[in-house]
Amino acid sequence: MSDIYLDNNATTKVDRAVVDAMIPYFLEQYGNPSSIHKFADGVARGLKQARQQVQALIGCEHDSEIIFTSCGTESNTTAILSAIKCQPNRKEIITTMVEHPAILGVCDQLEKDGYTIHRLPVDKCGRLNLESYKRMLSENVALVTVMWANNETGTIFPVIEMAELANAAGVMFHTDAVQAVGKIPMMLADTKIDMLSISGHKLHAPKGIGVLYLRRGTRYRALLRGGHQERGRRAGTENTASIVGLGKACELALQHIEYENTKVKAMRDRLERGIVDEIPHSFVTGDLNNRLPNTTDIAFEYIEGESILMLLNKAGIAASSGSACTSGSLEPSHVMRAMDIPYTAAHGTIRFSFSRYNTMHEVDEVLKVMPDIVATLRKLSPYWDAQTNTPVANPEQAFAPTYS
Amino acid sequence: MWDYSDKVKEHFFNPKNAGAVVEANATGEVGSISCGDALRLTLKVDPETEIILESGFQTFGCGSAIASSSVLTEIIKGMTLDEALKVTNQDIADHLEGLPPEKMHCSVMGREALQAAIANYRGEEWRDDHEEGALVCKCFAIDAVMIEEMVWANKLRTVEDVTNFTKAGGGCAACHEDIEAILEKVLAEKGEKFDPSICSKPEDKQKPAAPEKIAAVKTPLTNLQRIKKIEEVLESLRPALMADGGDVELVEVIGNTAYVNMTGACNGCQMAAMTIAGIQQRLMEVMGEFIKVVPASEMSKLVNIA
Ligand SMILES: Cc1ncc(COP(=O)(O)O)c(C=O)c1O
Repeated sequence: MSDIYLDNNATTKVDRAVVDAMIPYFLEQYGNPSSIHKFADGVARGLKQARQQVQALIGCEHDSEIIFTSCGTESNTTAILSAIKCQPNRKEIITTMVEHPAILGVCDQLEKDGYTIHRLPVDKCGRLNLESYKRMLSENVALVTVMWANNETGTIFPVIEMAELANAAGVMFHTDAVQAVGKIPMMLADTKIDMLSISGHKLHAPKGIGVLYLRRGTRYRALLRGGHQERGRRAGTENTASIVGLGKACELALQHIEYENTKVKAMRDRLERGIVDEIPHSFVTGDLNNRLPNTTDIAFEYIEGESILMLLNKAGIAASSGSACTSGSLEPSHVMRAMDIPYTAAHGTIRFSFSRYNTMHEVDEVLKVMPDIVATLRKLSPYWDAQTNTPVANPEQAFAPTYS
Repeated sequence: MWDYSDKVKEHFFNPKNAGAVVEANATGEVGSISCGDALRLTLKVDPETEIILESGFQTFGCGSAIASSSVLTEIIKGMTLDEALKVTNQDIADHLEGLPPEKMHCSVMGREALQAAIANYRGEEWRDDHEEGALVCKCFAIDAVMIEEMVWANKLRTVEDVTNFTKAGGGCAACHEDIEAILEKVLAEKGEKFDPSICSKPEDKQKPAAPEKIAAVKTPLTNLQRIKKIEEVLESLRPALMADGGDVELVEVIGNTAYVNMTGACNGCQMAAMTIAGIQQRLMEVMGEFIKVVPASEMSKLVNIA
């Protein structure tokens, strides 16, 4: 059996067609797009086409609204810093507690610099409360930045509605759509979203290429300066091959978006149902009615995620975990904590994320090994009664270790 | 993911002595469920001889936590309680052929469970003297709590001071921003202000407000003193090595293990092992404490590559 890759929210395999589209830009058309000679004369056309391919996927009005960056993180950082630079009198930012670190890290830093950061909480299913959001909007807010879809649970936030509300209050709106683009259909031209971040490596393009969508007319201050590239909005010689690759990947994503929402979703659903039916004391986290079609995040109570991953890895299966141990931090993921998932479950969450490269057969393979993996680890767990094969009564009291 | 040694994997995939010992007469429970690692150790101790007849573990935790628990139960079987009390977390890590710095706390947890179990057997109350915070310095595995304590206890003022007392920040320097934040916080609590522009005055550095914590758990030398001393010894040996067309370079010191790079003629030849043994001997003579010298190539086993 060949290895099974179910970690597509972390990163994806580059599509062969994407690689093929890129190669000429390494070996033949390697000139600087700003140069005037034959090594460069096709490059500008390649960039233009890529811009249009991205435009088609996200449904924005103009291809000049696409700014190529080096990654999702750069797009996020640029968006936030631009918004506060343009509006020096507005000292507040609204975001959520479950954003990617690429957003939270910048906000934490701004907080130290005197900004007020409103981090919207989520309920146990990972949902936002729009009423409290509305009350926060004011002329002191420089930016709302809310992710379109959560990378851990796949939960989708109502960003279109939230952007309308922000717009009505005269507040700029950015969304980190790194996990959403290519997985769910979007038509930005019909929304009030001002800025949006994309990362290539989540949709079968290479790592190290991203996009910041900037609605025409949105006030903007460049982060990287000193060059005319991207109309002066992002200086630095273009990563031509990767831009072309990202364009191709967007074209392919658009072709497959229905497949993603039917076939890929069916694989996800089957895995999820199979696991939850088969394995006691396991449950799916996040908003089950509003989720990316490719993602499921399952908590296995009384065991720890890294151990599960190690046994999965031994069985040739790649996934990831919200446990503390996989990240080197001491706390389980901030997303699990924000949803108030108990520690005995939060450390045992495993995220399976699919792509169009997966197959139903692979789902069955995972379903074959998963119950044994969980049983093996539960046998070692102080919260588990090996005799009765159930959790010990009152687990939290039965095992209450001295904090060390 | 972590780059675990083969020994860690062996104990993780085939754990020894899993489960609770029946008729156990000693139990130690330590760890923190919020941090995702917790361990119950049960022992059956012979009341006549105080020899540990059986030991078993139940662990909620990651691969290295399970491996540390498993290897611990093997190490202590057949020991008397007094012997078992001498087992250190470094012993546990050594039996596992090393742990990544971020995972050393798993071996600490093992040692503490053992102490707790023995205290339980003897009817004493076991107190944990060790607290753990978020890892700040990844190079030397120093956490925030340790740095905060040292800043409080020793009136540290600068990042350099912190490095001198704890080693934190002495490696790649990527954590200097975090160390400054800790300084800012602690100094604010003391009603002072952190000033990044002052440099540590030499006399400040000399003032050995005796880093108690390190001294208590390790040896009378501070880590920085130890590194300096090791450098000195290597320096003195260098001419001899160079005469043979080789050289030695200190790469890292973790606890009392010094990782060195042997270059030139020493590198890869059989003599390297002898040379390393020679260096180790010399170091121990000069420093009066146990020092282990290991080729830096061994270190890759310890380092997180993710
Ligand atoms: C939601 C979200 N935002 C941002 C990023 C960062 O993207 P990049 O790796 O391109 O910087 C990621 C990827 O890890 C993500 O999942």
